Amino acid sequence: MDFWILMTVFVLAAFVGYFVVWGVTPALHSPLMSVSNAISGIVIIGALITAGISEMNAAKIWGLGAVVLAAINIFGGFAVSQRMLMMFKKKAQKEKK
Amino acid sequence: MPNSHLAFAYLLSSILFIFSIRGLASPETARRGNLLGILGMVIAVAATLFSPLVHEYLWVLAAILLGGILGTFPALKVKMTSLPQMVAAFNGLGGLSSVFIAVAEIISGADSYLETSLGLIIGALAFSGSVIAFAKLQGLISPKALVFPLQQTLNLLLGLAVIALCACFVIFGNKDLFYALAALSILLGFLLVLPIGGADMPVVISVLNAYSGLAAVGIGFALNNILLITVGSLVGASGAILSYIMTKAMNRSLKNVMLGGFGTKAQTAQTTSLEDRQAKAGSPADAAFIMENADKVIIVPGYGMAVAQAQHVLKEMADDLHNKYGVEVKYAIHPVAGRMPGHMNVLLAEANVPYEEVFELEEINREFATADVAFVIGANDVTNPVAKTNPDSPIYGMPILEVEKAKTVFFVKRSLASGYSGVENPLFYADNTIMLYGDAKKVTEEIVAVLENN
Repeated sequence: MDFWILMTVFVLAAFVGYFVVWGVTPALHSPLMSVSNAISGIVIIGALITAGISEMNAAKIWGLGAVVLAAINIFGGFAVSQRMLMMFKKKAQKEKK
Repeated sequence: MPNSHLAFAYLLSSILFIFSIRGLASPETARRGNLLGILGMVIAVAATLFSPLVHEYLWVLAAILLGGILGTFPALKVKMTSLPQMVAAFNGLGGLSSVFIAVAEIISGADSYLETSLGLIIGALAFSGSVIAFAKLQGLISPKALVFPLQQTLNLLLGLAVIALCACFVIFGNKDLFYALAALSILLGFLLVLPIGGADMPVVISVLNAYSGLAAVGIGFALNNILLITVGSLVGASGAILSYIMTKAMNRSLKNVMLGGFGTKAQTAQTTSLEDRQAKAGSPADAAFIMENADKVIIVPGYGMAVAQAQHVLKEMADDLHNKYGVEVKYAIHPVAGRMPGHMNVLLAEANVPYEEVFELEEINREFATADVAFVIGANDVTNPVAKTNPDSPIYGMPILEVEKAKTVFFVKRSLASGYSGVENPLFYADNTIMLYGDAKKVTEEIVAVLENN
């Protein structure tokens, strides 16, 4: 793909990120960090492509290692975010119990 | 799955990730946000697996499963006080994943040298930087800033060497240069984080977070993959903004934090003038008496509270004050309280403090003037009025919680020692300040005991 198409996507996505992230409430900065951490596990896509070749060789082994590492990031990141977010309760909800 | 379908799935997944972060705008929509993120990831992974790009499944699925188990288990068990080091660890593994992909690409003869090198360098920095951050937060090595002579010169030279090696590799394409580049980048990551002290970790973790996103962008350029680029830049933006917010909250530049060494120089100049002054000490019973007769109490928790694991008993104290004595209780949080952005909010949420009672600095600062009691527990620098009055102080200009405006200020602290910045806090000696010496948890427990026996 043309480098400049990718560059355009990169810069525009950074703008989207900029505006979306400023909208996050400071109270949720820790979950933001762990969610974005999990999302950065998107490198798993690259890892899957390198690990997905048919013959078993050095490149595939490095690729598989990358899949494991990215998967740790994804599963761990989303799990701990969910745990954190479950803790943020409203006053009203609590009094109903 | 044909290419157009794959492209559509990637587009859908990008949109879901944007909504996922958007969801964090409020605690009500945050859980849905996280679920949207999971959905986005499932779609991206499934679409890639079903695409012609992947030919083999057994090993690949086994690798995902293994990573899933290794990631989920600690995430469900980790204590919330240890959250920062776990995030650091995950960040590091994400960076290492980018390194592995870059190596695999070079081995299999990819020719996008520059893009792959960038993915490699940023991933390696994220990895080794996170290793040191993890070790410091976990207490495996001293959390203090580790400084030695010519440190910055050495780091600068190493940084230049990395750039030079990268340029050589891009021009000559020799694989050995690539491996040397990987080793040098990892070394640089270690050295960059060593001189940064424990209380600056919120900034470090934010920067490393941005790196792990930018590494994904680099790999995305190398593999011509748009999804990696969009999502990586989202994460990069998040890390960059958090770093900005954290440095702003300390009135320091990113450069000042990242160069490290903060708090290693003792502040001797003003110590002498304060020595002859006497700080008033009080007992937990005094504190209980003053607080139960107050109309409004603002609690200011700091990292010391988290270390003492005092958040649950603190919540008990607040409940007693509110339910038995009708006192209005609020919590005030400084942006850099804790060891990662928003850490204190999570710790209070864990202790079942409703998030409506927890306020950020700008929201609550003017309320101290109408408060009867400011109860400062495990915090110091973030309340130090020197930040407003003394232009020579290293913390000058840092926004502080103006607890001195409350009628009575309690400091729960082990001693009169200065905080991380090394700056003495004159508030300890103020007329309306009462020191409650001791462990944060024990002192609070004693207050609760008095409150409940009355």
